[in-house]
Amino acid sequence: MADTITPQDILERAEGLRATLASGFRDEMVKSLYAEVERITKRAVRIDAQGRSDLDQRIDRIVTSPVWGLPIMLLLLAAVFWVTIVGANVPSAMLADAFFYLEEKAAALFTGWGFPWWLVGFLWHGVYRGLAWVVSVMLPPMAIFFPLFTILEDLGYLPRVAFNLDWLFKRVGAHGKQSLTMAMGFGCNAAGVIAARVIESPRERLIAILTNNFVPCNGRFPTLILLATLFVAPAFPAGLASFAATGTVLGVVLIGVLVTLLVSWALSRTVLQGEASAFTLELPSYRRPNIGRILYTSLIDRTVFVLWRAILTAAPAGAVIWILGNIPVGGQTLAQEIAAFLNPFGLLLGLDGVILLAYIIAIPANEIVVPTIMMVYMGVGMMTDPPDLESLHTLLVDGHGWTMLTAVNLMLFSLLHNPCATTILTIYKETKSYRWTFLSVVITLGLAFLATFTTASVVRLLGGG
Amino acid sequence: MKQMGLTLEKFDKVVALAGNPNTGKSTVFNRLTGLNQHTGNWPGKTVSRAEGGFLYEGVRYKLVDLPGTYSLLSASQDEEIARNFILFGQPDCVVVVSDATALERNLNLALQVMEITDRVVIAVNLMDEAERKGIRVDTRSLSRDLGVPAVPLVARTGQGIPELLTATHAVASGRLRTKPLRVEGTPGVRRAVSLLSRQIQSLYPDLPNARWLAIRLLDGDALIQQAIRDGELDEFVHAAGRVDEGAGVVSAEGNA
Repeated sequence: MADTITPQDILERAEGLRATLASGFRDEMVKSLYAEVERITKRAVRIDAQGRSDLDQRIDRIVTSPVWGLPIMLLLLAAVFWVTIVGANVPSAMLADAFFYLEEKAAALFTGWGFPWWLVGFLWHGVYRGLAWVVSVMLPPMAIFFPLFTILEDLGYLPRVAFNLDWLFKRVGAHGKQSLTMAMGFGCNAAGVIAARVIESPRERLIAILTNNFVPCNGRFPTLILLATLFVAPAFPAGLASFAATGTVLGVVLIGVLVTLLVSWALSRTVLQGEASAFTLELPSYRRPNIGRILYTSLIDRTVFVLWRAILTAAPAGAVIWILGNIPVGGQTLAQEIAAFLNPFGLLLGLDGVILLAYIIAIPANEIVVPTIMMVYMGVGMMTDPPDLESLHTLLVDGHGWTMLTAVNLMLFSLLHNPCATTILTIYKETKSYRWTFLSVVITLGLAFLATFTTASVVRLLGGG
Repeated sequence: MKQMGLTLEKFDKVVALAGNPNTGKSTVFNRLTGLNQHTGNWPGKTVSRAEGGFLYEGVRYKLVDLPGTYSLLSASQDEEIARNFILFGQPDCVVVVSDATALERNLNLALQVMEITDRVVIAVNLMDEAERKGIRVDTRSLSRDLGVPAVPLVARTGQGIPELLTATHAVASGRLRTKPLRVEGTPGVRRAVSLLSRQIQSLYPDLPNARWLAIRLLDGDALIQQAIRDGELDEFVHAAGRVDEGAGVVSAEGNA
C-alpha cells in the first residue's frame, strides 16, 4: 500500500510541477496535438487532382494571392456596403412615411374614441413609434446586406478571407481562424462569440471572444450607414455621395479590424500570453450559390430573427422613452433632466446627453440607439414632418447642434462600446467566467470613451467642434 | 445485430458516441438503435441526451449519444458533459464519428478522446461525400498511426455498419487490445505528467485515466481541481456510471 497521499498533496504536487514547466503548458500540448494530427492526416488522406477543379485553383490563385487577395477582399466588402447604402434609402423613407401616417391617423382615431391622452400617447407615440422606427430604419439595409453577405458565404469565399488574413493574426499572437469568427460577427456578435469554438487553443479562443465586438454587427450597421448617409454624403458632390458614404462605413470597419488586431496584440502580451498556434485551413471548393437557401438563411434566419429581437426590445424602450418624456420634473421632463445631467460628460466625448441616455436605454440591443436618440429629441410633441433623411438632418443639425464631430464620434462610439446584453450573456456562457465577461465590457467601453474623448479633444484644440 | 431500445435497464456494455457537430453522429446512432430510444436531459443540465440499445453477438449494448463537440478542452457545457462521461462514465468503448471530408479537424477530437481512454474506435463517416470531392481516406493507414481501429462508413446508407459493429464489439469485449497514440509533448511535460499520474493512480487505484487527470491538473483545470478538493472525484466515478438516473427520461413508447 502506498503511503497515505491526500488529495491536497496531489494538488500541491501539480502546482509545483507546473511551476517547473514553461508558461504555456496548454498551448504546448495543443501544438503537439496539431502537429501529430497533421502528420497522420497527410499520410492517410489523398486529394485527387481532378477532385478540385482547375477553375477553382485558378480562382484561388487570384483571390488568395499576396498581391490581389486583400484588395479584392476590400473591394467585395465595399461593393456589398455600397449596394446596401444605395438600395436602402428609398424603401426606408417609404416605410417611414407609411408607418408615421398610420401613427397619426390611429392616434387621432383613438382620441376620437375617447381614450385618455396618456394611453394614446403611450401606445402610439411610445410603443408603436419605437417599433416603426426600428422596422423602417433596419429592415431595408438588412434585407439587402444579409442576402449579399450570404452569397459570399455560400460561394465558399469566407475561408479565403481567413487565409488572406492569417498572417496578420499570427503577427499579433492570435489565431488565423479568428477572422472567421469576425465574419460571423458582422451578422451578430453573439454568433461570432459562439463561433470561436472552432479555435482549440483556449488562449486564442479567449482573444477571439474578447475582441469580437469590434466587428460592427448588423444591429450597428444601420447606425453607421445612416450616419454616413446623413453627414458624410452631403459634404460631397451628388455623384460621389454614395461612394463617400460607402468609404466611410468601410473605414469604420477597417478601424474595427485595426482595433481588433491591437487589442489582440495587447492581450497576447499581457493577460493571455503565448505564441500563435499552427493550424491547417481547408479551402473548400467553390459552390454554386443556392438561391433558395440564400434567401431562406438571410431573410428568415437572419433578417427576421434580428428584426424580431429588435422589435422585442424596441417596444419596451419606446414605452420607457415615452414615460421618461412625460414625467415632468420642475418644468422639464425626466428625459430632459437625465439628458441634461449626462450632457457635460457627453460633450466631453464629442457626443451629448441625449446620445448617452439613448445608449443606456439601448443596452439590451444596439439596434435601437439611433431610433432612441430621435425619439428623445422629438420628445412627446406630435411629429409634424415625416422622418425622411432631410428632415432628420435638419432636426439633428439645426435642432440639436450636431456637427461632423458628433456623427464621427457616434460612429466610433457605436463601433467600440460594450457588447449588447445578449452578447455579454453569451460571453459568460462560453467562458464561464465573470472575470473575462467583465473584462470584455471594460475593454470595449474603455476604448470607446478613450477614442471619442481623444477625437473630441483634438478637434477642439484645432478650433473645430 | 438486433435493435433493443426498450430493455435498457439490463445491459452488459456501454458504448459512447462522440464526434464533431455535423458528422452524421445522429445517423449512426439511429442506424444502431432504430427508433426505440430514450431521450431526456443530462442530469442537472438542459442538454438533451439520447440513449438506445442493441444486441450484438449475444451482448446487450447500451449506446449513449454524447453532445457534438470540437474538443474536450474548453469549458462549454457540451464539452464538459462529453468529457465527464468519457472520463468517469467508464464506457466500454467510445466511437468517435468523424467527417472524411474534414478529417484533420475531426482527428483533433479523436486524439483528445484517446488521451482519456484506450477503448476507441474511429468511424470515418461521409466516405461517399469525400469520394465525390476527390478526397480519398486510407483508413488502414489511420488505424496503424492511431493505434485504434478506423472503419470507413456511409451511415446514410448503412454501408460499413457491420464492420463498425465488429470493431466496437472487439474493443468493448477487450478481445482487441488497442495501442492508442499519445501526444507526449516536450520532455519536461512528459516527466511532469508521468510523476503526477503515478501519484494520482496511488490515490485513486480504480481510475483508468490518471494520465489524463494529470494533464488537466498541470494545465490548471479549475473544475478538476475542485473535484479533487471536494472529494467529488469518487462521486463522479459513481455518478457518471449511473446511466439511467435523472427525471425526465422518457421512452419512445410514452411510458414516462
